[in-house]
Amino acid sequence: MYSEKVMDHFMNPRNMGELENASGVGVVGNAKCGDIMKIYLDIEDDIIKDVKFKTFGCGAAVATSSMATELVKGKTIQEAVKLTNKAVLESLDGLPPVKVHCSVLAEEAIHAALWDYAQKNGIEIEGLKPPTDNDDHHHDIHDDEE
Amino acid sequence: MHKIYFDHAATTSTRKEVVDAMLPYFIEDFGNPSSIYEVARRSKQAVDESRQKIADLLGADFSEIYFTSGGTESDNWAIKGVAESYKNKGNHIITSSIEHHAVLHTCQYLESQGYEVTYLPVDEYGQVNPEDVKKAIKNTTILISIMYANNEIGTIQPIEEIGRIAKERGVLFHTDAVQAVGHIPIDVKKANVDLLSLSGHKFHGPKGIGALYVRKGVRIKAILHGGAQERNRRGGTENVPGIVGLATALELAIKDMDENNKKMLELRDYIIEGISQKVDFVKLNGHPTNRLANNINFTFDFIEGESLLLLLDSKGIFCSSGSACTSGSLDPSHVLLAIGLPHEKAHGSLRVTIGDENTKEEADYFLEVLPPIVQRLRDMSPLYEDFKKRKN
Repeated sequence: MYSEKVMDHFMNPRNMGELENASGVGVVGNAKCGDIMKIYLDIEDDIIKDVKFKTFGCGAAVATSSMATELVKGKTIQEAVKLTNKAVLESLDGLPPVKVHCSVLAEEAIHAALWDYAQKNGIEIEGLKPPTDNDDHHHDIHDDEE
Repeated sequence: MHKIYFDHAATTSTRKEVVDAMLPYFIEDFGNPSSIYEVARRSKQAVDESRQKIADLLGADFSEIYFTSGGTESDNWAIKGVAESYKNKGNHIITSSIEHHAVLHTCQYLESQGYEVTYLPVDEYGQVNPEDVKKAIKNTTILISIMYANNEIGTIQPIEEIGRIAKERGVLFHTDAVQAVGHIPIDVKKANVDLLSLSGHKFHGPKGIGALYVRKGVRIKAILHGGAQERNRRGGTENVPGIVGLATALELAIKDMDENNKKMLELRDYIIEGISQKVDFVKLNGHPTNRLANNINFTFDFIEGESLLLLLDSKGIFCSSGSACTSGSLDPSHVLLAIGLPHEKAHGSLRVTIGDENTKEEADYFLEVLPPIVQRLRDMSPLYEDFKKRKN
């Protein structure tokens, strides 16, 4: 069902945990649907120095969170804004169709944390959209699959 | 590496005695029971003997047992076949909200065909209240379909009582007994049922074979049209090896039932007790006592079921869950929602269904590896983080 890479990131998640005094925190998803992702960013001089995640969800939810943190760690804010669910998917060698929404959630979690950072610092990050309502958006994604 | 199979409600291994009984009907006595020459006569005889055996084991008559491809076909046939036969009498069907999808989706299909279906609620333990059945019966009610025992939470329904009510009111009563046959003593007359579905692979028989008991006098339209097999009611060449396997498996299951149930009850309660003691923030789903001897179903707060299954799998333990991610749909188990669990808790359920071959050593290993796995997932869970912060 899952690729070796997905299983590796699920069994050995990278950057799992919390960051105290994080520069930005993003939470997406909801318990009703069965997955919640929380991303903590530590940003210095426009560079993501550290990133941690916590996830309630299935194997794919954990693996995509882990991969997303790897993909943005050490990157500039501008590079992180460009993170897409497709990049997360490809880095994990794909996901079963019903699990693709997890990669979308991972992208949204990173962007939500960046948005929080921008709000806290009163800055505007080019190309970054405000997070949408978790409930509605998540349902939309499920609907798209059907 | 451990390999512990804890998913007996999903399917069971086929017993060696069952396979041995089936083998001759693949190579030597392979004839089509409808033919008249010798090899065919032997397969016809095997089908007849198996039918008689199953009828005797259930307290039914020879002519009341029909072979099908399994539980799903039996449920589909019972409900659609009766609905069509009695549509001049009425169009109302009563069922429960915790039925297997083979029943629920069949009822939903019939709704699309103009039938009216009442889905009865269940209590927190998953039991249907017979009074609710009584109240739901109308002049147009033609069928009541309530499962014998639930596949997810193991709760056993008051079938005899519901059957008595159905009889008094002159309404036909079908029970999906797929999880119950071979596990608890069943006599179709005592249970007051008119139709009963069973499936071979749930009691160490082969997959792809099941049966439907149809009481004499009950009208049921065919859903599989074809040859004259099964008294003109179910076309298709008989699955002779499967039929022999089904009868052999049922005979063995009933012979060993008392002994196996005694052993499994002990192991079930040992595991329930162990989980309750070793893991915080858990809840047993289903009835505490009135449940199948093989069923254990727990909700673990703050974590999600599929992750739990994957980590248990990595330790060689095979179970199932009612989370959405394992059901292939958006919603978690309809059974767990029906007993009142909120969505987030229904996502965090674990079903362990034991079999007679499981041992106390296996249970001990499971109880040893489970708590750290749950803790590991909780340490990863933002829900648990929020909970701890609220507590402090």
